[in-house]
Amino acid sequence: MFYVLLFAPLLGFLINGFRFRSTNAKLAGTIASGAILLSFISALFYFGQLIKMPAEARSLSFILFDWIQVGDFSAQMGFTLDPLSMVMTLIITGVGFLIHLFSVGYMDHDERPAKYFAYLNFFVFNMLLLVLGNNLLVMFVGWEGVGLCSYLLIGFWFSDPEKAAAGMKAFITNRIGDAGFLLGIFTIFLTFGTVTFTEIASSVPAEPLTGWTSPITLACLFLFIGAMGKSAQIPLYVWLPDAMAGPTPVSALIHAATMVTAGVYMIIRMNVLFLAAPNAMMIVAIVGALTALMAATIGLAQNDIKKVLAYSTVSQLGYMFLAVGVGAFGAGLAHLMTHAFFKALMFLGSGSVIHAMHEEQDMRKMGGLKKYMPITHATFVCGWLAIIGFPFFSGFFSKDEILWMSFHSPRGHWLLWVVGVIAAMFTAFYMTRLMAMTFWGKSRVPESIHPHESPVTMTIPLIVLGFLSVFAGWLCVPHGLGSVLPGHPHNFLDQWIHPLMGKLEMGHGSLGMEFGLMGVSLVLVFASAFMAYRFYVVDPSLPQKAQARVKGLYDLVANKYWVDEGYFKFIINPLVRLSRHLWADVDVKLIDRATYSISDLFKNAGGGLRMVQSGNMQVYALYILIGVVVSLFFLMAR
Amino acid sequence: MVLSLIVFLPMVYALFVAGLPEKAVKKATLGLSIIHFLFSLSLLQFFNPDTANLQMVERLTWMPELGVTYFLGIDGISFWLVLLTTFLTPIVIAGSWSSIVKQEKAFHISMLVLESAMIGSFLAFDSILFYIFFELSLIPMYFIVGIWGGENRIYATLKFFIYTMAGSLLMLAGIIYLIFQCDTQLGQISASVLDFYKLDLPFVSGRLLNPQNVLFFIFCLAFAIKVPMFPFHTWLPDAHVQAPTGGSMILAGVMLKMGTYGFLRFVLPVFPESVAEYTPLFMALGLVGIIYGALVAMVQVDMKKLVAYSSVSHMGYVILGLFAMNMMGLQGSLFQMLAHGISTGALFLLVGVIYERTHSREIAAYGALAKAIPIYAISFLIITFSSIAVPMTNGFVGEFLILFGTFQASPYVGSVAVLGVILGAAYMLWMVKKVFFGEEGAIVKKYPDMPDMNWRELATLAPLVIMVFWMGLFPGTFLRVSEKSLENLVKNKHNYNISVELKEDDSRSLGVNSEL
Repeated sequence: MFYVLLFAPLLGFLINGFRFRSTNAKLAGTIASGAILLSFISALFYFGQLIKMPAEARSLSFILFDWIQVGDFSAQMGFTLDPLSMVMTLIITGVGFLIHLFSVGYMDHDERPAKYFAYLNFFVFNMLLLVLGNNLLVMFVGWEGVGLCSYLLIGFWFSDPEKAAAGMKAFITNRIGDAGFLLGIFTIFLTFGTVTFTEIASSVPAEPLTGWTSPITLACLFLFIGAMGKSAQIPLYVWLPDAMAGPTPVSALIHAATMVTAGVYMIIRMNVLFLAAPNAMMIVAIVGALTALMAATIGLAQNDIKKVLAYSTVSQLGYMFLAVGVGAFGAGLAHLMTHAFFKALMFLGSGSVIHAMHEEQDMRKMGGLKKYMPITHATFVCGWLAIIGFPFFSGFFSKDEILWMSFHSPRGHWLLWVVGVIAAMFTAFYMTRLMAMTFWGKSRVPESIHPHESPVTMTIPLIVLGFLSVFAGWLCVPHGLGSVLPGHPHNFLDQWIHPLMGKLEMGHGSLGMEFGLMGVSLVLVFASAFMAYRFYVVDPSLPQKAQARVKGLYDLVANKYWVDEGYFKFIINPLVRLSRHLWADVDVKLIDRATYSISDLFKNAGGGLRMVQSGNMQVYALYILIGVVVSLFFLMAR
Repeated sequence: MVLSLIVFLPMVYALFVAGLPEKAVKKATLGLSIIHFLFSLSLLQFFNPDTANLQMVERLTWMPELGVTYFLGIDGISFWLVLLTTFLTPIVIAGSWSSIVKQEKAFHISMLVLESAMIGSFLAFDSILFYIFFELSLIPMYFIVGIWGGENRIYATLKFFIYTMAGSLLMLAGIIYLIFQCDTQLGQISASVLDFYKLDLPFVSGRLLNPQNVLFFIFCLAFAIKVPMFPFHTWLPDAHVQAPTGGSMILAGVMLKMGTYGFLRFVLPVFPESVAEYTPLFMALGLVGIIYGALVAMVQVDMKKLVAYSSVSHMGYVILGLFAMNMMGLQGSLFQMLAHGISTGALFLLVGVIYERTHSREIAAYGALAKAIPIYAISFLIITFSSIAVPMTNGFVGEFLILFGTFQASPYVGSVAVLGVILGAAYMLWMVKKVFFGEEGAIVKKYPDMPDMNWRELATLAPLVIMVFWMGLFPGTFLRVSEKSLENLVKNKHNYNISVELKEDDSRSLGVNSEL
């Protein structure tokens, strides 16, 4: 049964892969969705099994074979189903299935749907490897595998050079992270003598190590470089916005719900190790908070609906890292889950919009779509309320827990809370702006386009995800909040993964403080959302005026802080120039010329013997002979 | 007897082929080389991986006054290299099926002689015999590039020949010195490599010119040129660009490994003190090779040149792993030699496939090939992923182990070496993007009805693709065989020795020298 869970997507990939020329989207989609559904059902089966077991013993392991064994090093092709990987598996196969279903409608008119579904299935397979692997190396297999699928899917419409370039950029940026991840694996093995998660966790010293150069801190930082790449954190986030070049369901599955959360999952998986390295955790939290803020500001000024969602994803991932960085692993996982629902929902919703608008993504050409696409709009509203943290929608619980923990945790700091709240404010603004520009207000749709609601296969996933975006938060109600809500709901998610977590004494925070902070952030969020509503619905001339007033600042943000340009100017172009010089100057001019001049030297030195020369070969042979004699003489006479 | 057959049967086949009519040569050679590969698989039956001993030994006196013997044997280090050679040869011949049109007979004879020479150098345990095979391999290669090569073939083949020859002639001097040292130190003149291991060569730390160092550098030079290591690599791009597809495949696939094999067989065990002293130098050169090769590959305009520079980069990893001198590094290096043989062989094959259709290797002239010939594109992508070491392919295991071993030996060198992982992806994916994606280039427009890969080409590539995944998924098959031999080297850096495993009946029937 476990191998059904793991290999059904691989089988789907092989079937669709071998019939890649097929243009029958329905058939290809059915095969692919069926494979994922099979996986999902098996996952549910194992979920049932795990629930029945006692909390401390919830772990099933499956060993396929010994993969690499050299000296003391050994890595198995082995897998573990425990509470953490179970949650991830359910998200991957569940949300994955919905997105496959959505794709059937979305890719209906594509030239090569079989190839698309093959890649999508292969992605799910690799993602499962990533979360189910029982050691770092299998995780790394999935880690690189999902990057590969991402590369293939971003560049799926490869005839457009920009899309092909976006795929390449994603892969290479991820490789930078992967190089760090490799160093992390090395350091961990050299420190603990193993790469298996359970063995690492049991051999980490109980006392946290201060300082920067302890192997554990270094290992954590190396691994975090990997997470920066995969989960698009500063400074490696630049690939994710470009990755929107791929088909929209891909953005929903890979670049919002699953792959990009791999870094967060990895840190939660290695939580015991990170807890022993407070400095590394501090870096994680700071990078997370800054990314949340920076990406949110960029989101304020984007006009492409998918780009807004992309920067929003980067920003929300920043929140997750902020959570795990302050030791709130449960909150990080909670936000990972709720974000997977509401962001997948909004990406699919944007796909539905783009589909209806005949591939138009510019929000300046939308507006007033509400009346044409009621279901898309209604579900999108659920996603919007969830992400801005409207009370009792899913994002409210998870985000509130993160903000509270960033303030309250012994590894937290009030500054982190401030940054988090400001980012939440911006989030409310850009998301309300997106809603207003797309669905509300006056229509700016060109007359040639007649928007329409999407077919049932596309709206059903939206409805299911909408439902989850509204209610999933009740699985992870923060402790303080739960104690005053009717029925005292528990934080089920936190309890579920608790046996896998290391010890971090949280202390007792005062309820008053918790609710006070929550109140502050809620007020700011509402004010910000209201302002956006005024700007983009009530009085659409306001944005122009505001822009003119802070022109310098607006340009900075609208141009994404010129980070991409900076990378080209200061890293990539100089490197290419250097390479050209190496080739032309070192290879051709220096080394080759040196060899020629050495041979010329012998040619000229042997001037007296030139009479016997009839061709180049002999001159060389002679020089060689002389060399042999000389060195023989030298050696014998030693 | 088996080893002799494995070495010399291709030469016998060459004689046989020489007598055939021109038309039948191609098919006969392909058939015979496949038969030879199947025959070489019998090694799997005879070879015992649980020992570091030299096995299946054959030894006959040859030049007693110099201690030279006809001495063949096999251990965990040579085992897979021999099979790599016999495996690649039929693929190379099938890959040259339609590209070699003139003097077919001579080409195939050269290939068979080359096969013998390469296998011989992996199995010879007498230094003079090794040297003969090592040099013999140059001659057919010289003709392959010089006769069937591109426009500038004479220049390229001379550069290749003289460069490698210059290095190895000095090595001959070193070998002769070692032979006489055996007389002095062991009381018996001997050219056996096993006796070289017993020598204690005079060494003074900190002084450049002492016998062990001089010999060390002589041997290193010979092998470094062959590998090729930075800065002795400039013959390689020229040779590859001019060589016919088959020549490039065998050159990158097997011949370069004769250099790294030389390091493993001679340099590391015979000169332990010098190795210890100059490890930093060689690690630095390996590191420079990785980064430099990758950077220069990134700005190439010719596909074959790009692949050639990628070889410089990949062989840099091998050098790094060898000088890490730990299990991870050595196992990784040996594995990488095989992996590189498979994936670079396949890359050259694929470049040859497209060259036959368009007669152009200019990267910028292509574009959107994935649309025109999708099966070719898929094949190329698979091999690309193997070349950039995506997990589950052969490239990953070798690169991972080498980087691991290097990191273990020196965290700083290891940390810099991982940059190669990034640059490797950069140059390969850049080429893939230009050639297969984007808008149609001039060449693609010129040949609107370009045929996709045909069955012969697919069948030629298929074994390589299978090996890519086999080696990636079940590396144990390969690592297990070399484990004991390399363990012996790691554990006995300063008193390395290989004992000879004698089977009673074998030795008698073959008339093995009783003094052994």
